[in-house]
Amino acid sequence: MSQSTLTVKDLHVSIDGKEILKGVNLEIKGGEFHAVMGPNGTGKSTLSSAIMGHPKYEVTQGTITLDGEDVLEMEVDERARAGLFLGMQYPSEITGVTNAEFLRSAVNARREEGDEISLMKFIRQMDSNMDILEMDQDMAQRYLNEGFSGGEKKRNEILQLMTIKPKIAILDEIDSGLDIDALKVVSQGINQMRDENFGCLIITHYQRLLDYITPDHVHVMMQGRVVKSGGPELAHRLEAEGYDWIKQELGIEDETVQ
Amino acid sequence: MTETKWLVDESVIRDFSAANNEPEWLLNARLDAFNKAEDLPLPKPDKTKIDKWNFTQFGAHNVNSTPYASIADLPEKAKVVVGEENTAQNVYVQRNGVPSILNLSAELKEAGVIFTDFATAVKEHSDLVQKYFMTQVVKADEHKLTALHAALVNGGVFLYVPKNVEIKEPVQAVFIQDDKNAAIFNHVIVVAEANSSVTYVENYISTVETEQGVANIITEVIAGDNARVSYGAVDTLAENITVYVNRRGVTAPHAHIEWSLGSMNDGNIVSENVTNLIGDGSYADTKMVVVGSGKQSMNFTTKVVHFGKHTEGYILKHGVMKDEAKAIFNGIGKIEHGASKSNAEQESRILMLSEKARGDANPILLIDEDDVTAGHAASVGRVDPLQLYYLMSRGITKQEAERLVIHGFLAPVVNKLPIENVKKQLKGIIEGKVRQ
Ligand SMILES: Nc1ncnc2c1ncn2[C@@H]1O[C@H](COP(=O)(O)OP(=O)(O)OP(=O)(O)O)[C@@H](O)[C@H]1O
Ligand SMILES: [Mg+2]
Repeated sequence: MSQSTLTVKDLHVSIDGKEILKGVNLEIKGGEFHAVMGPNGTGKSTLSSAIMGHPKYEVTQGTITLDGEDVLEMEVDERARAGLFLGMQYPSEITGVTNAEFLRSAVNARREEGDEISLMKFIRQMDSNMDILEMDQDMAQRYLNEGFSGGEKKRNEILQLMTIKPKIAILDEIDSGLDIDALKVVSQGINQMRDENFGCLIITHYQRLLDYITPDHVHVMMQGRVVKSGGPELAHRLEAEGYDWIKQELGIEDETVQ
Repeated sequence: MTETKWLVDESVIRDFSAANNEPEWLLNARLDAFNKAEDLPLPKPDKTKIDKWNFTQFGAHNVNSTPYASIADLPEKAKVVVGEENTAQNVYVQRNGVPSILNLSAELKEAGVIFTDFATAVKEHSDLVQKYFMTQVVKADEHKLTALHAALVNGGVFLYVPKNVEIKEPVQAVFIQDDKNAAIFNHVIVVAEANSSVTYVENYISTVETEQGVANIITEVIAGDNARVSYGAVDTLAENITVYVNRRGVTAPHAHIEWSLGSMNDGNIVSENVTNLIGDGSYADTKMVVVGSGKQSMNFTTKVVHFGKHTEGYILKHGVMKDEAKAIFNGIGKIEHGASKSNAEQESRILMLSEKARGDANPILLIDEDDVTAGHAASVGRVDPLQLYYLMSRGITKQEAERLVIHGFLAPVVNKLPIENVKKQLKGIIEGKVRQ
């Protein structure tokens, strides 16, 4: 399997009849790390949800393709099996389903019936990933995200990422709620995924995550669009100067979606 | 108005009783109940109308079935619950109404334990059975269905544990319905004398579909001073069998009764599970899981009545409704005047998986004493689409995601069931019913 390409073209998305995304264009290839930044309420999570197929978001115009396949035609689980992954800003909690049970279902969903992963092999894999993420072993037997702290939930998203090994991952504010040490650990987990068959879109507000995970491309979203793209230096400038200069440059007064 | 067209008359009862060489007291009890049944009203389970339900029409009161020769001859579904490792030391298997296999370890026999089918019990332990059969726990004249039951009993078991005898391994009864005509009127009596302890597990298994059938099941548990009774039941009767099931117990001082109930039948159900905490310091715990599917209508009343001081009653029920299934969960904690320092707790939860499924959980606390504690929690809700989205976003199919959510919803009850065997069985059976 070679490099994958996720292509978003002129994407318009509404929620409850209100248009949030107003023509997003983006292309992510295997081997590339992209960062998406932008003030609150500018459509970053909406973009990630629309790509994954969140039931509340309606795509009204534009296309999303993965290696030429129409993603919009796929159900959520089909998108995932096609190679997409979304580390969510607010992961759900599911009572009664252990983390391990859930992870194993996710792994087996990608395998043929009768060819399920052996329990031993699965546990070995999970244990070693949990070690890398410095997660307590008993997190495996706890109910999925139930009562997890903010930081634990984020680590758990990365544990899933490492277990599932998607082609293209979107990580929505994976750094929020992480303490300084956890940020390092989680970044390590993500960096370990780096290879030419893995592309990643990182949504973040802060340069400090990008200090660990250097992006190849940085995009800024405002008003439901990507308004500026550049290299890693763009993120540094945002960190130093904020967003005002971009607004001035582009003549934007209110950057949020209206 | 119920129009009762009887399929049986007095002569059927007389013949059946004579064929089984029943003692006269039982025949008289049957006939008395039969005469009363006609005029007695149906029970009135809160929030479910059952007057159009079929409680009287069935193929036959008595079918001739060849007893199974051994555990190896049992249908697959039954083998699974009896267990391959053949822990079937103390097991009773009934084919339709016919006693088939009865194993009781020599050790228990020696200790004075009685475990036998109902027909044998009334012959060999007539006085004992007469003492307990619908005399103090459930009465024949409570309503039409109890009366019908008393009149038509055609199977069941009698389990008697003498004073100070502690039975370690579960005692199991497996009731198999493999004749579509067979009507089920099983009566189970469990007597645990002072300081004894026992775990009893029963299974109801249909291996055939029927157009129209009836199961009218009554259990009476009598727990003596400081006795421990753990009672498990996993019911998997077929779609067109209307089930009336009444499992009831009474406690002497410091006695415990624990119920582990799995209602996985496919037809309409009226279920009553009551523990009367008579003795001071006695304890009741009911845990129940239900899965409803198709067009099932079900009513589950779980009740703990506190008479004794320092009594504790716990009810924990979780149900999942698929398709167009409908369930009413009535949970009643009743603390009588004088039952001071008692505690009544209950939790009922229903998860609906489809638009057309219905659920209703009614927690009721009736308290006639000041110095007590009580609490309840109830919830009825639909499956959260965001949970499904989350699971599916990891590649898990919708069906598998639903399965996980259902599993998760029932797990807090299933995982706490005190009987390992029932826990294990239920996991598999829930799986089967969810995939249906
Ligand atoms: N379910 C919803 N109902 C109504 N409005 C919504 C909903 N989800 C998002 N929006 C609106 O869409 C806009 C964009 O939201 P989105 O979550 O995509 O922003 P974001 O860029 O991710 O912000 P943040 O940095 O705060 O996470 C906001 O104005 C938000 O209020
Ligand atoms: Mg966001």
